[in-house]
Order: sequence, then structure tokens, then C-alpha cells
Amino acid sequence: MNNPDPLADTEPAFTVNGTVRPFGQVSAHTTALDWLRDNGLTGAKEGCAEGECGACAILVAQGDGNGGTSWTAVNSCLVPMASLDGQELVSAEGLGTPEHMHPVQAAMAAAGGSQCGYCTPGFVCSMASEYYRRDRTPAPQGPDGGGGETGPNGFELESLSGNLCRCTGYRPIRDAAYALGPPGNDAMAGRAESPAPAPRNTLLERTDGVFVRATTLPQALALLSGNPEAVLVAGSTDWGVEVNIRARRAPLVIAIDRIPELDAIMATDTEIEIGAAVPLSEIERALGGRVPMLAQLIPQFASRLIRNRASLGGNLGTASPIGDSPPALLALDAQIILASADRERAMPLSEYFTGYRTTVRRADELIKSVRIPLPLDNVNAFHKIAKRRFDDISSVAVAFSLHIEDGVVATARIGLGGVAATPLRARASEDALTGRPWTLETVQRAAAVLGAEGTPLDDHRASARYRSRMLSNALLKLHALNSPSQEAPQ
Amino acid sequence: MSQLSQRPAFPAVGLAAPHESARLHATGQALYTDDLSARMPGALTAWPVPSPHAHAGIRSMDTSPAMDVPGVVRVLTAADVPGLNDCGIKGDEPLFPSEAMFMGHAVAWVLAEDQDAARAGAAAVVVEWEVLPSIVSITEAIAAGSFQGASRTVRRGDAAAALATADRVLSGVTECSGQEHFYLETQAALATVDEGGQVFVQSSTQHPSEAQEILAHVLARPHHEITVQSLRMGGGFGGKEMQSHGFAAIAAIGTLLTGRPVRVRLNRTLDMTMTGKRHGFHMSWDAGFSDAGELLALKAQLTSDGGWCLDMSEAVMARALCHVDNAYFIPNVEATGRVAKSNVTSQTAFRGFGGPQGMLLVEDILGRAAPLLGLTAEELRSRNFYREGQSTPYGMPVRHASRITTIWEEALERSGFAGRRRDIEAFNAAHPHSKRGLAITPVKFGISFNLVAFNQAGALVHVYKDGSVLVNHGGTEMGQGLHTKMLQVAATALGLPLTAVRLAPTRTDKVPNTSATAASSGADLNGGAVKNACEQILERMAQVAGGMLGVSARDVRFTEGRATALGVAGSGFSFAEVAMKAYLQRVQLWAAGHYRTEGLHWDVESMQGEPFKYFAYGAAVAEVEVDGFTGAYTQRRVDIVHDAGDSLSPMVDIGQIEGGYVQGVGWLTLEDLRWDEGTGPGRGRLLTQSASTYKLPSFSEMPTVFNVHLLQHAEEEGAVYGSKAVGEPPLMLAFAAREALRDAVGAFGPAGRSVTLASPATPEAVFWAVEESRAAAASEA
Repeated sequence: MNNPDPLADTEPAFTVNGTVRPFGQVSAHTTALDWLRDNGLTGAKEGCAEGECGACAILVAQGDGNGGTSWTAVNSCLVPMASLDGQELVSAEGLGTPEHMHPVQAAMAAAGGSQCGYCTPGFVCSMASEYYRRDRTPAPQGPDGGGGETGPNGFELESLSGNLCRCTGYRPIRDAAYALGPPGNDAMAGRAESPAPAPRNTLLERTDGVFVRATTLPQALALLSGNPEAVLVAGSTDWGVEVNIRARRAPLVIAIDRIPELDAIMATDTEIEIGAAVPLSEIERALGGRVPMLAQLIPQFASRLIRNRASLGGNLGTASPIGDSPPALLALDAQIILASADRERAMPLSEYFTGYRTTVRRADELIKSVRIPLPLDNVNAFHKIAKRRFDDISSVAVAFSLHIEDGVVATARIGLGGVAATPLRARASEDALTGRPWTLETVQRAAAVLGAEGTPLDDHRASARYRSRMLSNALLKLHALNSPSQEAPQ
Repeated sequence: MSQLSQRPAFPAVGLAAPHESARLHATGQALYTDDLSARMPGALTAWPVPSPHAHAGIRSMDTSPAMDVPGVVRVLTAADVPGLNDCGIKGDEPLFPSEAMFMGHAVAWVLAEDQDAARAGAAAVVVEWEVLPSIVSITEAIAAGSFQGASRTVRRGDAAAALATADRVLSGVTECSGQEHFYLETQAALATVDEGGQVFVQSSTQHPSEAQEILAHVLARPHHEITVQSLRMGGGFGGKEMQSHGFAAIAAIGTLLTGRPVRVRLNRTLDMTMTGKRHGFHMSWDAGFSDAGELLALKAQLTSDGGWCLDMSEAVMARALCHVDNAYFIPNVEATGRVAKSNVTSQTAFRGFGGPQGMLLVEDILGRAAPLLGLTAEELRSRNFYREGQSTPYGMPVRHASRITTIWEEALERSGFAGRRRDIEAFNAAHPHSKRGLAITPVKFGISFNLVAFNQAGALVHVYKDGSVLVNHGGTEMGQGLHTKMLQVAATALGLPLTAVRLAPTRTDKVPNTSATAASSGADLNGGAVKNACEQILERMAQVAGGMLGVSARDVRFTEGRATALGVAGSGFSFAEVAMKAYLQRVQLWAAGHYRTEGLHWDVESMQGEPFKYFAYGAAVAEVEVDGFTGAYTQRRVDIVHDAGDSLSPMVDIGQIEGGYVQGVGWLTLEDLRWDEGTGPGRGRLLTQSASTYKLPSFSEMPTVFNVHLLQHAEEEGAVYGSKAVGEPPLMLAFAAREALRDAVGAFGPAGRSVTLASPATPEAVFWAVEESRAAAASEA
């Protein structure tokens, strides 16, 4: 690799449960989970090694966007150790001890929230992250005792969507979570008042490869231009799976998640530009409900544990045909900004995908940001079809952005996932809607067109036949939900 | 009240105690087998060399490239087995096969300094395969006549004759898929060898004694040279009853050959592709009804997919056949079961052990039949309930049959069933695109191992001079709360507070010849043994205390940590004081307890007898809402009334009921095992081999409102302190969710139409069923 020495900073180390620990003999691919377990902190477990079960969850001190720190739960099985250089993390052991339990631990223990206990350390970390969240907003509770998915204390159940329990059936865990009080004045709450640790120019050179963190865009682009084979990671939620499940190793991994240009959201009257490395949870928080499409998409995108690390850049870089963000961004008519050492280019996302997991991105380019043009259309919807509502991969995903004026469809953009080798715009269906009255008749005709878009496959998630029908039905359902004469199904 | 079931004053049983390890769980301090490995310096890691084919002979194997991988220490092959190359009990389960019988079958294991090296070493082993024809589904096995083990029939009356004369005869095929255990802790073992050459294996296993037995024959050593400990498991559900033994054997062979500790821990992919699961079933049936809705006859052929070897498939089928009646009296039954042999993982025990599949059959029949008979499903079900004095098709009287009706009525009442039925009708009339469904289903589940010899247990209880108590018993802890219950039993039997009693890990050198912790029987059997041991000690201590108190031993009472004289004022002596006095008087303060379940008999050939000590009962009411656009659904509310006897530990029991229900709903609606049945090179590959492709219930599947009630005044005379087993029966309460889905699907179509529903009833399956309903409605219109 090209002259990385200027990046070298200090001996890699991080703060674990309040104590500074040097990395020691870790490889470039060692995960945070493996480091913890090799160093006697076996509370975090490997349940799946792909960020699906949450048994490995720990808390990391991340910026909260307001100058403070948010204790953010992440899957330690996916996070490369090296990316935590200079950072602070807390595991279940650091939250409390059997004699002095943390409030979330005490609540879980008392409520029968653990049976076999294997998932419990991960659950308490996810729960603690939500416990410390400042903007918890109490929700009204249902008449029959059902609180829906937000507790009377503002605890969002969805924050536990990335944690699986095979024993309890979840009810006692929910009850423990909903009974939590406001955060007290403990050390972690105190820590949250001051800024999160700054990124370091990490350089870890080991026999299995090299890990480099770039902290400026020119640095990242220079590195990439000299090493086009490098793997770029932000949250590492996809690369971590490759490392664990397929035993992949890379000669060079470049972390780009702490580069200011990639880690910012900027809004003007004409567009919103979202940095490629901004974690999805941060996008959700920063935008509030300003982009309804994203407000619908993000809660359905994997789990919060994943979204606390995963980014739009990662989802678009992977270019999986079943990624959830491309259909939404296609429908929003988003542009993708690609940067290399010598130039920057913007293009409509619809021109970005070229084939199965291939794109126009050159090896020396990185995804810098995504631009969403404003104003938004007045009907936005993201329909995800999957076996499980929380944290599943789409069988198909359909995103609609329609402008309906005086009962007529003025413009229509429809993004599809899971029906072809790439995410698609459903152009024929858009044409079947555009300029026509927003009536059941129009919708039924367009739905038939939509059902024939793409070339869906049979696989273990769904049959091709079902996928096609779900395309049609997404439009029918959208109409039923957005038409005064129709009943709403929910 | 029997001696066994009688509770003293101030018992520790019946308290809603949290799990005994709850604080350790919550703080990450509870250790599991691989956490022990992480604390074992110098441990080698073992990694398998899996078959890439569903069925293939090994022409040659070259392990030398693995030895060239840095960090690899040794490759284990069949030549390294000192004793019998078999890790099962039927002799059909080679530890190192000469022919790979399923994709993922390990043909060699690599030992290395760390996991990366072991994995790289395993990838370097060169095997020349001879691909052989394979059978990868139950349908293919039936077509090819590929079966294993014995075929059995449960028979009563004359099903054929009754079918010939019944008012209505329905015929059909009911299929259900299997289920991955997905214990959060994958299979793990850690073996060491001591200075005397004795082997110590820590195994995440439900059956340490069987592990010991299998290690003994693999290593060609007597049992007493092998100790197996199961500290605790991160979930078992039956998946660590037998499937764990091969991994323990690899670790044990490895440690003997290298002299170093050896750890095996499967990652999730290996665990899902290598280990057995719940059996998928194919069931063809004819059912005869009277016009009044009496189920008069059932003739059924049940076929399970046993996978590549027999494992426990025959016993699973026996239990399935013993549960085709569920809670219903069927006068004429002929149910035959057989086990298919195929080139997939060896299917094994899983919570319910065939019971769920057998009960699915009758629930599916009743669910389909009700509209055709002009009855609501709940009416059809209740008309056929067992009444007092009736017997099962295998000849066992159904004791406490009236509890079925009691529980049913309580569940209807608590759930507000009738009112909600009207609300749902109104909702459905107003909502063309979504429908709600409501159903109630019963459970009757037989408790005891069908294998009579397994119905015994041992315990070893120590009272120390300071009055503290240490309990060993033969049962293993997998999250089900057995240890919590055993502490409560010991504290109750000794008249002590819970805090005075501690439990030691389950080991074969403490209590020998134990049974699997399985069949829901852990608390019944081990509780009986712990109680027995405690009572022996207490009897001796009563003699001592009698002397101290100046009364006869039979007038001494041990309550809340004190020994007092019956009817005599005064505070008496503390338990510790009596213990110390007993020591000084040279009285034995420890005891081995034993328990055997009385009154069981079972003829495995004729499938007749009384294989169960008692039945556990329950009923569940579920309400769902189905989205007609997608087939997706939510469980709006679930109400359960369950018979756990007089509960030993209500928080534990409610946890078992809720967890069992949700796991059952997972099996019936969400969890979708798929194998590649194509003819390409991937044939026989498990397609859903990860948490990202095999979805188990998450928070989104939890019922929004979830009420569980334990049946009160439910003493069971035949079990410890009047309790009942609770591990498995609640899983089958989940039929309520499936039947509620059927009800909702039916609401998209015309009244009186029989609805068929695939299992698992995934959103896609529900959607196609809704389409059929809508098509029927359209054709009627």
C-alpha cells in the first residue's frame, strides 16, 4: 500500500467498561466480539455471527448529533476491533454486577426476562441504549392493556427488534422494558453529556491484512486511488457478515465512516443531501418525519442494532437487488454522488445499477452522498413484503412516490426491489398511472402492469408468483389506503 | 393427597421465584460451555470437514494439505477412534462416516490453535467424492419406499367399518414442516484429560449420562473413566438430547490424542446444516363423523422424515401416534406411523417430541370439517372432548378428563370469547381487505418417557455443619428453570428458606445413570429424587432435634429454618444448630435420593398400555388479523388457561407457557425449513441455514395482548408437591393461532366453506388460502 505512515497515530487502544485497554495481538479482521471474549468478557455471545440475533450486542459511545454522546447498541460480531480505536464501549459486565445491577438488568432479572440467559446480555445492552435515549416520548396505552409498540415510558419496542430470544416469548422482556423509569444520574448518563470520542487515524498492519481509518476525504480518496482493491467500510454490517460467514479476508480495509463529508446531512430548499456513511438511525433522527418515504423505510430496514451502524452508502455500495433503500431512493428520484481523487460525479440512481451486485462505480470511487430533490410528492409509501415484520429481508419491496393533484396522477415514480438482478424503476407502471385519474379503474389497470414488471424468482423467501402478485397488490393497497372511498385495512 | 404431592406449611414451592441464575444472566456473568473454553489457555479448536454432497462415497481423503496450514495441529479421521466409530445408540451413526449421508456431514475434523486456522485447515483437506443418488424430501422418500426402523400402529375399534357407516367421511393429506431448534447457544463441548488419564468433558447437553456412555464406547473405556458436566445450556429444546454427543466425542478424542484441551463450538451455519431438527410429517387420513359432529373414526398413515439415521425417530413417531387423539374421544382409530430415511440431517427430539405433529393432524381435520358439518369449530371441538371414564386409543384411562372442559370454559370466559366473536363479525363485515379470526383449541399431553426405564432419577444432597445445603441432581438446566424448581423443592423438603440452598452443576460423577432432561419430566423425576434425599436427611435430623427438644422425633417440625416441637411453645433450634449437633453425634448429613415413576407400562409392539403418569391440559384462545393484500397477519390477543398442577414455581411455569406458545406459533406460521430439492449440484443443501434466511419469532410475533392463567386448585397426586410438567405441553397451545388464521381466511370467502391451510402458514401461504376463499366467494356470486 501507499505510504500509510502519516496515518499512524498512537498505539491502538480503546476504553472497555471504563478501563483503557490496548488492542494487543489482534488481527486486522478481529471483531469486537472476539476481542471481548478472548479477554475474559464473555457476556457477549456469538449467536449467529451475522447481526441477526443480537446476542453479541454492546454499547458504543457515539455522537448524538447535539454535541453529546449517545450510548448506541451495536452488534459486536460485525464491528472490526480496529474500527473502535480510541472509542469507548460498555458490555453487559460493565453495566452492572450481580450485586449491583443496572436498572435494566434488575428489571430483566425480576421480570423473568431471562430463561436460558444466553441472549440476555445482548438484550440488556439494547435495552440500556433505549433507557438512556433522551427523547423517549410516552405513548398512550390501549384500552385492553395492549400498549402497542411504545411503552408508557416511551420505550420503543422496535429498539429490541435485533435481539432474538428463543425461550421467553418476549412478553416479560417487554414488560421489563415498559416499566423502566427515566435514566438516573449514573456515570453513563453523565458521560452522555460530553462529546463522544473523536475518530483516530487508525492503522493496523497485520499478517491477515491492513485496516486503515481515513478521517478526511482526500486521505480516503488517495488511499483508494493507490489501492483500488481495498474494501471500503462504514458500519461494516455487510462486510462483517462476509468475514464471519464466508471467512473472507481483505488485504486492505479502509474505514470511511468518520469523514465529515460522508457523515453529514444537509438540507436546502431544493434538496436534502445525506452523507453516504451516516448511520440510518441518525438519518431517522435527524430528518424526523421530513421525508415520509424514509420515515416509512427506516423502521423496516433490518433492526435498530444494524441501523445504528448501517448506512445508505453501504446499502448502495453492496448493490444487492434485495436491499431496501434502493427502491425508496429510486422512487424519490435520488441522485448518487461518486467521488474519486480526480473528480466527483452525480447521476440519477436509476443509472447507477448495471447488473447483479454491479454498478457504474469505478474501483477508485467511493459513494460520497445521496441527494433527494425537493419538493417531495404528496403520496409516498414504502411496502415491504417479508415473512417477518421486524428484521427480515424483503421478498419484494415497492416504493411509490406519486403526485396526485385534483384526483389525477400528475407524476408517478415506482421503485422495486427483489424482482430482478438490480433494483428497478417500474417505468411501464408509472406510465400506466401518469396523467390518469386516481381511481380504482386506473389502479387496477396499472396494478396488472406492475405485476408483470421485472423477472422475479422462486426461492426460499417466496415464490415468483407471490412476488408478482405483491407488486400488483402494493398498488391496490396504496389506493385503498389513500382514497377516501375505500376502507383502510388497518 | 399423596405423600408425594403433599405440601408442608410455608413451602418454598409455589413462590414466584425468579430464575436462580437471573442475576448472572443479566450481568453477563453466567458461563456457558464455550465461555469456559475462552478461559482455558492452550485449548485447541476443532472444525469439521463437511460433505458438499447430499450423498457421496469417499474415494480418497488427503489430510496433509491441512497440516501445511499454520496453526493446524492434527486432523482427526476414523483411524483415530480408539473404540467404536459411532456416536449414537442405534449403531447407525458413524462419528466418521465412510459415506457422507447428507450435505454437511462431517467426514474429518481439524484441530488447530485457533478457529481461523482450524477453518482454513478444514478447507484444505482434499476429498475425492463419488456422488451417489440421494433422497432429499419426504415425498421422494415415500415414492422410493425409503424407510427405516419399525412401523407401528395404534388401533382401537374398527376404523374401516366405522368409516363405511359414518354419516360424513372426509379425506385429506396434512403436511407440516420441521423446525430448527435455534437454541441461541450452538452445540459446544470442551474436553480435557487429567494426570490419571481420565477424560473430563464439559458439554452443552441435556443428557450427560448418555454422553458418558457414548464417549465410553467411542474411547473404549469404562464409564468411570469419563466424567461429563453440563453447567448450563443456552437453550436445548430437545436439540441437545442426542445431537450433542458426537461433538463431545470429537473433543474427547482430540484431547486424548494431543494432551491439550479441545473445544468444539459450531457456528450457526454448521449447527443448522449438521444437526437434526423437528421432524416434518406427511399424514394422509380419512375421518368419519356423525351428522351431530361426533368424530367416530380416524384412519391415518403418518410418515415422518427421519433424515439419514434413526436417532430417536421411532420414539418420536410413537408419541405422535399417542397424540393423534389430542383431547378428543375417537372410538375407532387406526393410525400407522413409519419413518422415512433421507439424505438430510438426522431429525431428532424437539419440544413435544412428535406430539405436536400428531395433534396437528386431528386439529387440522376438525378445523377443516367444522364448516362442512355446519358447526363452529369451537362447538365441533367441545362436542368430542374426552369425558370421565373414557380411555385413549392406546388403552390408557384419561384421568381428570373433566379438566378439559373446566379449562375450556374458563378460557372462553376469560377471553370474552362470545362477545369478541360478535365484534369480529362486525369488523369483518366492514372491512373487505382485512379480516379477523378467532379460535380456541385444547391440549392434552401425556407426561412420562414412553421408554419406561427413563422414568427414574437420582439426587445427592449435602447438609454441611453450618446448615447450608448443596443439591446435586441428574437434571440439566437449559433455561427451563429446573434448577430454580429443585432449589424450591429442597428448601421445602428441609423446611428452609430458598437462600439456604445452593445447586452444584450437573455431573455424571455426582449422580450416575441419569435420564435425559427431556419429555417435560425434569422437575417430576429429579424433584422426586431431591425430595427423597432431603427426607432421608431430615428424618435423621429429626432424631437429633428430638433429643435436643426433648420430644419424640415424629413431633419435630422443620419450618422456615428452625426445628420446633409440635405443640410446644418456644423457638426451638436453628437448622444449623441441629446440623452441627448431628455431626457431633456422628449422624450422616447427606443422602442419595432416588425416584421412579410408579404405575407405568407400555408394550412397544402392540402400542398399548399406560405410558404416561398423567396428562397435562390447557386451552388457548387466539385472535388474529389478516391483511388481504399480502397475507401478513398479527396476533391481536391470546388468552391461555393452562394446567401446571399446583405450580412449583409460577414465574417459571408462566415463562414456559408463554415461551412454548410463541415457539409453537413459530413452527406453525413462520419458520420455514427449505432444502434444495433440485437436481443441480446444490441438491440437498439446506437453503435456510442462517438467522437471515430462517426466521424465528421476534418481538413482532409476540401477541399484542398476552394473558396466561394457571389453572388453580389443580393438584396432581402423582407428582412432586402436586405439580405438573410444563416444558412441552404449552407449545401445542399454538394451534389456536393456526386455527384463528383459518377462521380469518374463511371470512374472505363464503360461509360453510372448508378452508385448507399449509403449515407453516407463512404470509404467502395465508395469502394463497385467502385467494381460494375469494375465488369461492366470486364463483358463488
